[in-house]
Amino acid sequence: MATFLELKKNLKKDMTGLKPFKMAVLGDCATQHLSQALRGEAYERGIALSVYDADYDEIMAQITDPSSELYDFAPEAVLIVMCTERLYSDYCRTELAERKNFADNRIKLITSLWDRLLSVKGIKVLQPDLPEADDGIYGNFGLKYEDSFIYQQRRLNFLLMQESAARASVSLINLSIIKSELGNAFRDDKMYFAARMPFSMEALPRIAASVMNTVDSALGRIRKCVVLDLDNTLWGGVIGDDGLSGIEVGELGTGRAFHEFQTWLKELKNRGIILAVCSKNNEDTAKEPFEKHPEMVLKLDDIACFIANWDDKATNIRKIQSILNIGMDSLVFIDDNRFERELVRSMIPEITVPDMPEDPSSYVPYLKSLGLFETTGISAEDAGRTEKYRAEAERVKAMDSFADYSEYLKSLEMKAVAAPFDEFHFPRIAELSQRSNQFNLRTVRYQTGDIEKMSSDDSYITLYFTLKDRFGDHGLISAVIMKKLEDRVFVDTWFMSCRVLKRTMEEYIINSMVKAAADAGYDLIEAEYIPTAKNKMVADIYPKMGFKEMQDEPGHYLVKPSEFKPLVTYIS
Amino acid sequence: MSREEILEKVNEVFREVFEDDSIIVKDETTADDIEDWDSLMHITLVSEIENAFGFKFKMKDVVGMKNVGEMLDIIKEAVG
Repeated sequence: MATFLELKKNLKKDMTGLKPFKMAVLGDCATQHLSQALRGEAYERGIALSVYDADYDEIMAQITDPSSELYDFAPEAVLIVMCTERLYSDYCRTELAERKNFADNRIKLITSLWDRLLSVKGIKVLQPDLPEADDGIYGNFGLKYEDSFIYQQRRLNFLLMQESAARASVSLINLSIIKSELGNAFRDDKMYFAARMPFSMEALPRIAASVMNTVDSALGRIRKCVVLDLDNTLWGGVIGDDGLSGIEVGELGTGRAFHEFQTWLKELKNRGIILAVCSKNNEDTAKEPFEKHPEMVLKLDDIACFIANWDDKATNIRKIQSILNIGMDSLVFIDDNRFERELVRSMIPEITVPDMPEDPSSYVPYLKSLGLFETTGISAEDAGRTEKYRAEAERVKAMDSFADYSEYLKSLEMKAVAAPFDEFHFPRIAELSQRSNQFNLRTVRYQTGDIEKMSSDDSYITLYFTLKDRFGDHGLISAVIMKKLEDRVFVDTWFMSCRVLKRTMEEYIINSMVKAAADAGYDLIEAEYIPTAKNKMVADIYPKMGFKEMQDEPGHYLVKPSEFKPLVTYIS
Repeated sequence: MSREEILEKVNEVFREVFEDDSIIVKDETTADDIEDWDSLMHITLVSEIENAFGFKFKMKDVVGMKNVGEMLDIIKEAVG
């Protein structure tokens, strides 16, 4: 969340080309800082907001006078800020016998103001509710005592909800929730008395964001679809490596956070937000938890469009977008992996990509706080939307191109290191050897002791690989073990972490393998792919990298370093 | 914190709030000396000074401070 000062700095920026929007701000309190925050927040969303900020305490005068500055300004929206402090002083001036009718009388006044505004075509009313403040006169008893302020205030908030429900062009702004989140920091006592400011500087950016969420949705900028990664996003762990029983989701332990996240997503789906999956996985593997895991909240039926393959995610998201046929700016992409987020963000600027917190227990609180799913209405059609799109998705078949993927890879400034196994890396190499199921050519498992032995055995060529890019260090992500035979080296082991797939790391590794063999005086490399239930993704990797399959031994491949042309890679 | 250190930090806040790196405040600087220093900016300034020094002004301070010197005295007393 930006600070007030950061928002204020936006006011000096060039607003040309942004979408213009006119808002009048009326208040029974000081609203100038709020207006500044609103304009700054609007800029963040590509809106050039012009504000008519009426003088202090002119709500009645501006709205009831047809020739007021308010109507001259011809606003598209009118924000009416009524503060609890003023409500309370009005309550205190009310005859004791009349206090039980305080909220009902007040709502009549408010709705008459609304209706006066709504009689002008095109005006939308933005009405913040009144954050609670008990006056401490009756204590808890006030909750059951009709005459108390807290009783009348809560009733008024309820009546606001009820009356706004009957008016499509009135939107309430939930200030109460902002206050309950900020607590005492919502208000700065002295600022109310010194400057009639009912909100602290800290609260202003949140209030502005909440108002602008509603303006955005009124402008038709609404999110319709959530595109979800799977591993470590919808469940803990990697389905391709950890298997159905190894992933975390459900009522136990850390699985709970994922359970809660899925429950929240299911609620979104029930409301009419489309859920789609975009995962780097084999489709069968990716679907398995949805079909078989007893504690998955989301089922395949909940997913309108399910894409699991090894293409880059930007390509797959474009595919999802064209299948669903909705605007790219109505998509939200959720992935725990920063690389994927950056890739998608840089290749598809219109899409919303929340910076997911590292801890899954914060997924839901964080996403809730973003207010991404603001809407101005709900239709009967919303709930059945997933079904409609599911049918559509099944009709459209997959096909694709890598638009500017290579440009993106270049921009990553990737750097790799290839080096013989050393003591420092034994445990990590062994760990990867144990854990890699998908990108593992022969799936021979080694312990730390084995790794150590081979590293000092002259009949082996060993290589480990690390990778970093401008976003960070991936550490050790792959290892290769080649056994020296009489006339050739044999690739005994090659595994790699799937997190760095399709970044030309594969090509970089093959180039390094060929060079290492040649340096050791060999001009023939033999490699083998042994299929398992999980390593289908690398079935064709050797032929793709320029190796030739041996005619007499299927699954075995050869390449001669002297005839090998180094593969294109964007890693230095 | 010495008064000089406080002054230096206060000066930084002024530059940040008024978005003007040429501002140099002294004890005798008042709202008349800085073009944009109106009542609206005063509130923003007070709030940013509070954030910078981690204390809260009292209501009488907000309305009563006559110049930067008085502001420094209040800060000095609050943060020691």
